[in-house]
Amino acid sequence: MEFISIIIIALLVNNVVLAQFLGICPFLGVSNKVETAAGMGAAVVFVMSLANLVTFLVNAYILIPLDIEFMQTISFIFVIASLVQVVEIILKKTAPSLYQALGIYLPLITTNCAVLGIALLAVQKDYNLIMSVVYAAATAVGFTLAMVLMAGIREHMEMVGYPKGMKGFPMSLLIAGLLSLAFMGFSGMVK
Amino acid sequence: MSNLKFFTNGLIKENPTFVLVLGTCPTLAVTTAAMNGLGMGAATTFVLVFSNVLIAMLKNFIPDKVRIAAFIVVIATFVTIVDLVMKAFTPDLYKTLGIFIPLIVVNCIILGRAEAFAQKNKVFPALLDGLGMGLGFTLAITLLASVRELLGNGSVFDISLVSENAKTILIFILPPGAFITYGYMIAVVNRLKAKYNL
Repeated sequence: MEFISIIIIALLVNNVVLAQFLGICPFLGVSNKVETAAGMGAAVVFVMSLANLVTFLVNAYILIPLDIEFMQTISFIFVIASLVQVVEIILKKTAPSLYQALGIYLPLITTNCAVLGIALLAVQKDYNLIMSVVYAAATAVGFTLAMVLMAGIREHMEMVGYPKGMKGFPMSLLIAGLLSLAFMGFSGMVK
Repeated sequence: MSNLKFFTNGLIKENPTFVLVLGTCPTLAVTTAAMNGLGMGAATTFVLVFSNVLIAMLKNFIPDKVRIAAFIVVIATFVTIVDLVMKAFTPDLYKTLGIFIPLIVVNCIILGRAEAFAQKNKVFPALLDGLGMGLGFTLAITLLASVRELLGNGSVFDISLVSENAKTILIFILPPGAFITYGYMIAVVNRLKAKYNL
């Protein structure tokens, strides 16, 4: 039951992009097409789950025993950056087809603040290892959901006329605002 | 380019928030009240100035291949300092800004300036650039936060500007209001820039 509530909260109620404002850069930057949005989403699901697994272990077995928890930010960002590099190298060697699909999105993920943010939030919430990974995976799926919805709407907006001054970022932000409004309807679903 | 230009560049011409649209996460998340915007802006400016200066000093010692990793360590160091200082001296603000203080590390304005400016310039221009960009960011998010606070709460910097019974538009301090206000403000800035050739 606890897992179900973590999943629903992370996926819908507290959607990472539309309610928590994490990972806005890729959300606005790579949401032109549904296909690229889904590719980015898949890469984020993969990296975010792995990042939470590793940062949990780093925190529990290195930082806490040494009593240097103030080093969390530095060590986590370093772990995430190197993790992305390692994942890229391993995928290139062992699963070239997956690498082809996710490859170009992987380097972008280091600067995706959602990955670091969720790792820090999981520590703040005192989740155990499994809960932390489930939380990360559900959050990343929520990210993908928001990206794909956004990309779908933006593809349609290409064919609609609107004022020139609203082109680009202003229009994307207004669409995001309306999506966020829609997602507010989920609040109260889980106590 | 004169020194003054390094400074004003970030304020108007390449304003990180309204023109470059970088660092959008804190821009949207913390702008529920003018004071939060100002606090976030000050914290970011501090990190930006010091990381720019240090990176400009170290630019000859950092190998090109690992420069991004080196920049991130420099930035993360200053973020940790800000984090601890704010925790000690402004606990209320620290609580409201929450996760977005450690997340200054991944604010793309800072890494962007390190990569695009500090590593190619001398210390003094890097300092001015950091200061200009930081102030440009602070002004922009404080303005955005003031608009949202006024519409959503009827006040600016906690000073009430409407009568007590007046109805405010709550949605503006909720997440959707952030996206909508920011969108319209970028549109207005684009229009003004086109009109006055800034």
